[in-house]
Formats: sequence, C-alpha cells, structure tokens
Amino acid sequence: MVAGWFTGEGEGFRLLGTRCSACASVFFPREDALCRNPGCPGGDLCEVPLSRRGRVWSYTDGRYRPPSPYVSDPELPWEPYALIAVELAEERLVVLGQAVPGVTVAELAVGMEVEVVAGVLNEDAETTWTTWHWRPTGVRA
Amino acid sequence: MTGEVAVLGAGMHPWGKWGRSFVEYGTAAARAALADAGVDWRDVGSIVGADTVRGGYPGYVAGATFAKALGWQGARVTSVYAACASGAQAIGTARAQILAGLADVVLVVGADSAPKGFFRPAGGDRADDPDWLRFRVLGATNPTYFGLYARRRMAVHGDTPEDFARVKVKNSALGALNPYARYRKRVTAEEVAASAVVADPLRLLDICATSDGGAALVLSSMEFARRHGVAEPVRIRAVSTVTPRYPNPVLDLPDIATDSALAVSPPEETFRASIARAAYEEAGVGPEDLSFAEVYDLSTALELQWYEDLGLCGEGEAAKLLWDGGTALGGRIPVNVSGGLASFGEAVPAQAIAQVCELVWQLRGEATDRQVEGARVGVSANQGLFGHGSAVIAVR
Repeated sequence: MVAGWFTGEGEGFRLLGTRCSACASVFFPREDALCRNPGCPGGDLCEVPLSRRGRVWSYTDGRYRPPSPYVSDPELPWEPYALIAVELAEERLVVLGQAVPGVTVAELAVGMEVEVVAGVLNEDAETTWTTWHWRPTGVRA
Repeated sequence: MTGEVAVLGAGMHPWGKWGRSFVEYGTAAARAALADAGVDWRDVGSIVGADTVRGGYPGYVAGATFAKALGWQGARVTSVYAACASGAQAIGTARAQILAGLADVVLVVGADSAPKGFFRPAGGDRADDPDWLRFRVLGATNPTYFGLYARRRMAVHGDTPEDFARVKVKNSALGALNPYARYRKRVTAEEVAASAVVADPLRLLDICATSDGGAALVLSSMEFARRHGVAEPVRIRAVSTVTPRYPNPVLDLPDIATDSALAVSPPEETFRASIARAAYEEAGVGPEDLSFAEVYDLSTALELQWYEDLGLCGEGEAAKLLWDGGTALGGRIPVNVSGGLASFGEAVPAQAIAQVCELVWQLRGEATDRQVEGARVGVSANQGLFGHGSAVIAVR
C-alpha cells in the first residue's frame, strides 16, 4: 500500500522504519524528510528494520465494518478483526497493527508477546496488497 | 496572566440529527448569543468561525459563511481549523484579537451537520495523510483508539466495564436536565451492558454519537463590557492551545505508531495533562480552585482519564472518584454537568464552544436543574486530531 514500510518473507519479514544519523531517533512509519526531534540538528534518515517481537500495550477490535478507504466486500458478512498496539522495547515505540486473522480479543492480554508476520490486506483479480499482522507467540509477560 | 476577556453572550442550537445545513445551526446559535449579549450584529467588529467541511471547500469558509448568513457588515473575519479543538482555537483567536486591541466585540461560531456512523477521512487516495492511512491500512476508526485507551486503563489501573458504564449513567442523568442536549433519557448500567460492543471493551452506549449542533459566544474587552453595562461578566482567563512534546509515548489519533523514546526521554506529564497545566498556569489557578469541569467524554473511559489529567484526583484514582460521587452534581468536583458529549454527540467545530457556553451558564447561575451551587471557576478540556489540545478556564 505504502512503499517501504516492510520487507522480507516468512521468518525474515520485518517492519521498516528510519533512524536519524544525528540523534538516533527511530521513526515508524518511515520519516524520510526531516528528523522530528525538536532538539536535533538534523541528520540523514537511514532505513532500519524494526524488532520482530514486542509486547501488547493494548488491544481492541472492530465489530462494525469501517468506512472507506478501508477495503472490504460489502457482499460478505462483516468479520471483526482484532487490533493490537505493540510496544517494541529496543526502539521504545508502540506500533498498531491488525492481529492475524482468527485471533480474537479473548485470546489477548496486555503484556503478552507478539511477533510481526506478513499478511494480506486485501486482494482483487490482479493484485494482492500485503501488510503486517501481529501474531501472539504464546509467551505471557 | 495575559489579561481577561468578557463573555457577553452564549447561545446554542439544540443538538440532534436535524438534517439541516451547518449554516442554519450556526446562525441560530449566533443570533441567540447576540440576543443574550444585547449586542447588535452590526456592532460586532470581528467574527471567528470554527471550520467544518462543505462540499468543494472543506473548512475554509466558516467565518465568512456565518457572516454572510447574518448579513455582510464589513467585520474582520477569521476561520480556524483544529479538528475537535477548532472551537477552542476560535475562542483563543477571538481573545487574542480583543487583547491586541484589534476588536472590541467578537462573535465566535461553530456548527456542523455530522454524517451518520463513523467519522471518515476526506475522499481520494491520499497516502500522505495519516488520517487516511489509519483507515486504509488498519481499518482503525475513532472508537478503535477509544477502545485501546479503555483496555489500557483496565490493564494498568484495574478499571472495569462497570466503571465505564457508570460514567454514562451519570452523564445521561445530567443530559436529561439540559434542553440543548440531543439525548435526554436517563440510561442505566444494564442498558449500557446490553448495548452492542463496538470496539472491545467499549459498547455503543460508551461511545458518543455523531450529531448536528451549533454553539456561539459573544466575547468583548472588559472595558466594552463595562460600557455595555455589564459590571461583573463571566471572564475567560485562559485558553490553552498546545501541541504534544516530543516524544509523545501514547498512541494517539490518527497515528499508527508513537514517537520513539530512544533518543529523548518522554516528558514527565502526558499530552492531556500538559493541556490542563498550560491553562492552569495562564489562569493562575489550580485544580483545587475548580468548581466544575466540562471534558471531552468521547468515550466513557476517556472521561475517567481526564479526571487524572486535569488533576482532579491522582493517577489511577478516577473510578474511585466517580463511584464516590465526587464528579456527580453536588459532588466535590462535578464533571460534565451539561450531560457531556454522551448527551450531545459530536458536532466537531461546535463542541468546544458548547463546553464554554455551559461554563458561562453555570458561572452565571443560570443552569437551572443542573446548576452547580456557587460555581466560581470552571474548566473545559478537549483534544483534537493531529496534536491539537485545548482547555478554557472561565471565572466569575
């Protein structure tokens, strides 16, 4: 959907952010123009893969079909998805994402470990749009 | 202290889904505020409109739109956009003009005709817009964020869905007393629990609806108020309109990630707490001086968060303050005596102005059945998309 937000396949799948060469701040989604740290003189922003695993900061779900520009088939019954905000310890930031399909809020807990995996956002006859999903690793805090 | 401005008039159009143009609501509210002030529209030196979206000209026309509807009379004109904080920024702009001597009397107007259902971003493929991205990539609606905050409170502070429902019970009982509110029926905890889950753990009756509505204020210099024969007007003593400080470690609308705290430690106070502190500092008052507060209860859980961010209680103590009746009418610090957004619904450019209308009526002692006894100092607090935060402090 948006270029350069993630890379790789299988075990090698990673979210991509950028890191400021001057102050070491990390940005996701990637910040390619200017470092947003107000005290930073400004450095080059270099692409950096984010940690694969993090812990659940919070979670919720969407029991009603979101409006466009979210793409879903109005002909099909709405299937709620869970959304997980994940704290990445190494980068010290929180990234929101959908849970892998089939994971419901009943299976989630704040502090639980999750890992990033490739997923499908939507697809039509010609194109499959990929995205990232968070998947519980089964490890509790 | 930056000086005070007088509130000469407050007016509203009743909120609800009336299906009419925002111009109609805003003009009705403006006329009510002018009548309340006893000021002729032709004597108003400046009009400030809080922006909404009109086909083809999103947001850029509010001040002039209301000026045209009221009849062109050559006033200075301003339009401001700050999402949910638009109304407060309109008040802030009007105050700045008065204190700078650019105008003696300023009319502030906000009104909207909100679409039904979820708010959504403007159309088109706009991958450079964080608001568009969170919908397109994640399907993350506003209630998604309210659900995340609610669940986080449950994990960190031990709040429960029953605590959240209690906020709705309180606010709906107060809204039932307010003739301008859209919902005027008391809601029980059982009714909240029986309503459909929208974004776990929040249910339909935990989340405020979209609505139509309009609100307006007539502000003036203190000197004009005295000349006008109003010796002791309600005064606005602070309007904070602040941004977060980097790095903001709390996931916030419409972002899909927080800032990283890797290079710089996060500030000690949260963004919402900084909104309140800026207003307190400007007004020279503290939470202990407040008679009542109007806060953005976009969700029931969010109202509890505001108790702590405004300093009405310590961190994690909001549910206890609620259950002890501290924030009910007659309690130590009543919150959302207007009924809150739970009773009004969201009419984005109008709601921060509507909060200040309630401050005015309460401080004048004109709030009838929902009057806070002896109200002297009131605060309103809100937060807008894209890092707009504002609070208004009014005194009598």
